[in-house]
Amino acid sequence: MAESTAPANDLAGAARLLDYWAIGYRRTWKGTAISSFVNPLFYVLAMGVLLGDYISGDPGQLEGATSYLAFIAPGLLAGQAMQTSFGETTYPVMGMIKWQRVYYAMTASPLSVRSVILGHLGFVMFRVGLTCGVFVLVMAPFGVFETVWGAVLAFLVQFLVGLAFATPIYAFSAGLKDESPFALVFRLGMIPLFLFSGAFFPIDNLDRWMQVLAQATPLWHGVDLTRMLTLDTVDGSAALVHVAYLVVLAALGWLWAVHRLSRRLMS
Amino acid sequence: MSERGPRVRTVSTVDADSMIHASGVRKSFGSFEAVRGIDVDVRRGEAFGFLGPNGAGKSSTMRMVAAVSPVSAGTLRILGMDPATDGPRIRARIGVCPQEDTLDTELTVRENLYIYGRYFGLPRREVRERVDELLEFVQLTEKAGAMVEDLSGGMKRRLTIARSLINRPEVLLLDEPTTGLDPQARHVVWDRLFRLRQQGVTLVLTSHYMDEVEQLCSRLVVMDKGVIVAEGSPLGLIGEHSTREVAELRFAVGENEAAASKVEDLADRVEVLPDRLLLYTADGEETVARVHERGLEPVATLVRRSTLEDVFLRLTGRTLVD
Ligand SMILES: Nc1ncnc2c1ncn2[C@@H]1O[C@H](COP(=O)(O)OP(=O)(O)OP(=O)(O)O)[C@@H](O)[C@H]1O
Ligand SMILES: [Mg+2]
Repeated sequence: MAESTAPANDLAGAARLLDYWAIGYRRTWKGTAISSFVNPLFYVLAMGVLLGDYISGDPGQLEGATSYLAFIAPGLLAGQAMQTSFGETTYPVMGMIKWQRVYYAMTASPLSVRSVILGHLGFVMFRVGLTCGVFVLVMAPFGVFETVWGAVLAFLVQFLVGLAFATPIYAFSAGLKDESPFALVFRLGMIPLFLFSGAFFPIDNLDRWMQVLAQATPLWHGVDLTRMLTLDTVDGSAALVHVAYLVVLAALGWLWAVHRLSRRLMS
Repeated sequence: MSERGPRVRTVSTVDADSMIHASGVRKSFGSFEAVRGIDVDVRRGEAFGFLGPNGAGKSSTMRMVAAVSPVSAGTLRILGMDPATDGPRIRARIGVCPQEDTLDTELTVRENLYIYGRYFGLPRREVRERVDELLEFVQLTEKAGAMVEDLSGGMKRRLTIARSLINRPEVLLLDEPTTGLDPQARHVVWDRLFRLRQQGVTLVLTSHYMDEVEQLCSRLVVMDKGVIVAEGSPLGLIGEHSTREVAELRFAVGENEAAASKVEDLADRVEVLPDRLLLYTADGEETVARVHERGLEPVATLVRRSTLEDVFLRLTGRTLVD
């Protein structure tokens, strides 16, 4: 007869949560499936094709892109990774703590708080992969990727972009008593980030200080890194800075998340 | 002095039948101390109760025992292990039924049991078999496919109990297993717990219902304001802290105090409650007769056996349920 056991490590513990997330997703995937396809199509058509006709495709003004669509495609992709992470680490985290209290059931078992977070982040990464994967597939026929490898790498870095947002926002959510700050997080955090981090226009159009500010945001690093890959204009040292920035942010967010959720669940 | 120092001998004092050992255990939340130094030993096969009113520190204690809340001071051992260092190993071997439900209301009854079993590292097939058995045990087989949000309170409680058994625990912790249930639903839960007790599962439960503790527990502690005020078997505690019988006298509103002074000498002890007098005595009928002899006419009288409620009243001067 099989015995109940403590997991060998946090990752093995997180693997035990696979069935939980799979069963939950089986129930909800239909609700998000349509929007996952319509969203990118809408952006590509509205912003790229229609608006693009009014904007000159001058590579000198568009950081090397030959069309407006090619310029915004990586911005939209990184923005998608960010939005998915925001969506999956705000209300859902509060629900697991406060509304459904599912996290309390998980930590009553041999699973650690770290395993619980890893499991949830694993699901967030699954969602990032799905929404960004659809984005790449929808955009590919419009010729926005210079090379196939660029497209593949651009897709892969979205996991890093997504994680850099997911861990700190998760940590923030894990300590909240009620959900009212989320509206502000979206309105004053996510939307301005999306609009002013170089996704829709080159940030050298901004004035000096706004430019410095934009360059300090994680989304700009994600967008610029993605754009290098889709336009095949990779600058090694700049790419390294982007990756380092995102890795450090994800790591700090992780530590903060473990701290906040431990205090919340195991006090 | 010897260079090596004394050799530390790890004497094998680990007692295989010690389920819970607590000595001087305290729990603070900031400057507030919810548990103020409790000593408890629970042995294999016992049914042990924590009886106490709201805010006594029962849940705080249970969470420490469940290895999800670190002790602030004192020594705590669960199954011989220290929750500070062996939390996951302890939690693998105990079952927990928390005061507030932690079921996923958007999943079905069966799914809730299934995913919980997976947290314990049990293979999928094994979990499926156990889920069927447990559904049968708590009489929810017909509800297996129902969403949890559609269950009644009693069914949710039974589901939580079933879930806590998925890992075949050696100790089952139940924090107020029947609070909020109607009398019939309570009896169904008690019946299941009684069967578990007969199967040899060690039960540890909290309650502020004295009848629950009297029914289910072989031994209990009475808790109040973070400390243990008495310990023993239900009958033992009653014998020690109360008389065999109680005569309850109800006088017209406002007359209880005055009547009390007139009957003081007829009982071992008289308690004045807002709505009635309690006369603690060996023979209740006899006492009531003597009250009538004195020309007193209570509106209503009732003779009953002493309960743990009386023990609590005696020890704290307050009633259990307010
Ligand atoms: N996380 C916490 N932070 C601050 N105070 C707490 C916390 N948990 C419990 N307390 C306080 O500790 C005291 C004991 O609470 P506890 O929940 O242990 O009591 P209880 O005996 O289980 O009561 P009840 O019968 O109402 O469930 C209460 O005064 C409560 O307000
Ligand atoms: Mg409680």
